[in-house]
Amino acid sequence: MSQHLITSSPSSSPITSSPQHPSTHRPAIAMRDISKRFGTVIANDRITFDASWGEVHALVGENGAGKSTLMSILAGLYRPDSGAVEIDGQPVHFRSPRDAIGHGIGMVYQHFMLVEPFSVAENVVLGERRSGVNLETARVARELTALSEKYALGVDPQAKIWQLSVGEQQRVEILRLLYLGARILVFDEPTAVLTPQETHGLLRNLRGMAGQGFSVVFISHKLDEVQEVADRISVLRRGQIVATTTPAATDRRTLARMMVGRELADFVARPADEPRAEVDRGGAMLELRGLSALGEKGLPALREIDLEIRSGETLGIAGVAGNGQRELAETVTGLRPVTAGTVRIDGKAMTNRPAAEITRAGVAHIPEDRLATGLIGGMDLSANAILRDYGQPPLCHGPFLLTRAVSAFTDRLLTANDVKAPGRWTKLRTLSGGNQQKLLLGRELAGEPRLIVAVHPTRGVDVGATEAIHDALRAQRARGAATLLISEDLDELLALADRIAVLFAGRIMGTIPTASADREQIGLMMAGIESREAEVVMDV
Amino acid sequence: MSNRLTGSPAHRLRLERVPSPSRGATALVTVLSFALALLAGGIVLALAGENPIAVYLAMVKGAFGDRNGVAEVLVKTTPLLLTGLGVAVAFRMQLWNIGAEGQLYWGAIFATGVGLFVLPAAPGWVLVPAMIAAGLLGGGLWGLIPGALRAWFGASEIITSLMLNYVAILFSEYLVHGPWRDPGAFGFPGTPPLPAAGWLPNLGTTRIHLGLLFGLIAALLLWIMLRRTRWGYEIGVMGENPRAALYAGMPTKRTILLVMALSGALAGLAGMSEVAGIGHQLQRNLSPGYGYAAIIVAWLGRLHPFGAVLVAFLLAALTVGGDQLQMNLGLPAAIAPMLQGAILFFLLGGEVLTRYRLTRVIG
Repeated sequence: MSQHLITSSPSSSPITSSPQHPSTHRPAIAMRDISKRFGTVIANDRITFDASWGEVHALVGENGAGKSTLMSILAGLYRPDSGAVEIDGQPVHFRSPRDAIGHGIGMVYQHFMLVEPFSVAENVVLGERRSGVNLETARVARELTALSEKYALGVDPQAKIWQLSVGEQQRVEILRLLYLGARILVFDEPTAVLTPQETHGLLRNLRGMAGQGFSVVFISHKLDEVQEVADRISVLRRGQIVATTTPAATDRRTLARMMVGRELADFVARPADEPRAEVDRGGAMLELRGLSALGEKGLPALREIDLEIRSGETLGIAGVAGNGQRELAETVTGLRPVTAGTVRIDGKAMTNRPAAEITRAGVAHIPEDRLATGLIGGMDLSANAILRDYGQPPLCHGPFLLTRAVSAFTDRLLTANDVKAPGRWTKLRTLSGGNQQKLLLGRELAGEPRLIVAVHPTRGVDVGATEAIHDALRAQRARGAATLLISEDLDELLALADRIAVLFAGRIMGTIPTASADREQIGLMMAGIESREAEVVMDV
Repeated sequence: MSNRLTGSPAHRLRLERVPSPSRGATALVTVLSFALALLAGGIVLALAGENPIAVYLAMVKGAFGDRNGVAEVLVKTTPLLLTGLGVAVAFRMQLWNIGAEGQLYWGAIFATGVGLFVLPAAPGWVLVPAMIAAGLLGGGLWGLIPGALRAWFGASEIITSLMLNYVAILFSEYLVHGPWRDPGAFGFPGTPPLPAAGWLPNLGTTRIHLGLLFGLIAALLLWIMLRRTRWGYEIGVMGENPRAALYAGMPTKRTILLVMALSGALAGLAGMSEVAGIGHQLQRNLSPGYGYAAIIVAWLGRLHPFGAVLVAFLLAALTVGGDQLQMNLGLPAAIAPMLQGAILFFLLGGEVLTRYRLTRVIG
């Protein structure tokens, strides 16, 4: 670590070795037999993971594989149920993120924790609790300049955060952690928010840090980046480390295969090979032509999407989170403006129509995050049950809601969808995730919708509820509804969809009939490898 | 280097959110906060050489000891209740209308204008409803300004509604010093008296006037509206989860405008009832800050219309009882507001504890 940091600290730190003089026999991080479960879900199952000084260790895996849980344990956010963590050979027990930072562990999250109107130096001072009334911003700025030069970060301590690009803000976060004395840097999908040029710069910085003796953990599912920057790669699947390898000993395809977890020869067997009842297919119920839209940060999130779903057909959208799934669902349902292209629902132009009009056209929406969008956690079950129908008879008469009708409506919905709850007066938030989702699904599907937009319909839901939700979606398909099913769970897509389209970086990489799909091919397309390429692999 | 981050004590206290506070805990905390407030106020009183128990008894006696005390409490309850209801309905939708004070003034200005200049000769059954309508309109329009700025430009209604208070108060000052000043008042600022037909009738010989009934009716109507109508449901959903409202296709902008107008109209009615029921003219310092106290009324009443009735009454009692101290015991003028402040401080502090709990964090 830079000299001035050590000298400016009055008392000696518990760990005296610095990355420039790594103790070669001790790994920077050693996590042994780490287990962590949330309810019935085992997020980490006896994971052993280590990273050395001077090394970039990449951690790859699908969403939900347990990467974030493992790193949250390292960062002191969660405590493991069992297992041990050692930092630089010393056993540690973190009780808070502060403990972890105190041991030199710095996390760079996807969402930066910076105060926009403040300068870089002021933001760093904010994190420094030791400072008293006098903020010493000038001293901090000098130290930051020195650090920025030393690690080639190119950050001006006087610049205001709002003036900086996303990539620069990320470098501010890195600089702050360095200033705070971090020697182990963990990056949680750092390139997800970056442009290709910024990504290139970041990867170079990561190598530079490792060269200076830091230990770097790089979480990603972009396999080409991992291959480019890592010394070692660990693949996490369903809470377990399935392989630890090096870029030289593997390639993107092998990694993709290990991530999704099936061997090349393991062609898709649909669960129980349920014969998919042929349904009379009408015309296109949903038709997207050249659809483009912007994401939260104002960057293009959907690029010229062409899709068509007919009645009685389920189109699955596969892809790694953050590749445009959310924006796709929101543009179709009228919650996000379309910047180019058209949306037609049942032959009628519906581009940029209000959400209410799209709902009236027979579109049901099971949103990605039920508590953030589809339900009202602080209100009771009745209020949640009537969200779609409160403005229509028999629930209302003139301006008045009819209490008795609302109660009957709610009770019917709860019974019909097997929602387990003490009563309709219960606050929604107190229900389990599965019961919340059953209520939401029941409400959305009650009106015999013609088009269903379902996003991660079984996320965070137990096995029993998952089965119930799948049955409900199958029944809708049999009834003739068109379904746009967006999911990160490949098994779910294979079980429910007629065709699967893969979304990568806002584009459709390709569409495959489920009957001839296999995980390998889909996994490669999810990693951004063209389907043509993928087909070549399959022929081998 | 690590001590840069651990220069803090090893043990610290942290507030954690309680998922859903129980009713029993809430009641207990409220009672305890009240007791603590009396204790803290008592210590200050004792230090000032007063007998705290005697002072508290004097306060209770001042507010409830005789007919006049009770009447005065109800007179003060009226504007607190109307403005408190207005603030509560906006807060329900997470519209932070801090502008009830200005909206009250505009209600008073409009109502006075109608009484003095538009219908000065009208009989009571015309003039009183016209002044009510004018009061509602004046406050409603003033509330609509921050509402429109919020709905169309996303401007924070906290700032705009607060700033507009100063505009309203100063404009009313201008009127009573300038164009509307009573020429026969020997230079005292204030409009001429309203025609007697426009005065709100009093209850017997007390100063209690019809405005109190407006407040109680408004509380009842608001309760029905929030609980039993589609519109009330929409307001609830928009307040609890704006994204869900968008998802359900609710007309968010229109509702922001309507709720801000309603919120302002209720405050405007408070202003109207103050001029038509008490002063019978527009005068300086019409409100001692009812529009700000309204925030406390709404909040401590948990944004419930009937809660607002209760809190407005208690706050009024606190004010009247405090005023009596000054008059009857000859205590310094600062004692009463100090006690009121202590009680509110502890109640609001206790409120935090019902929703959050203290946990000890090591590290």
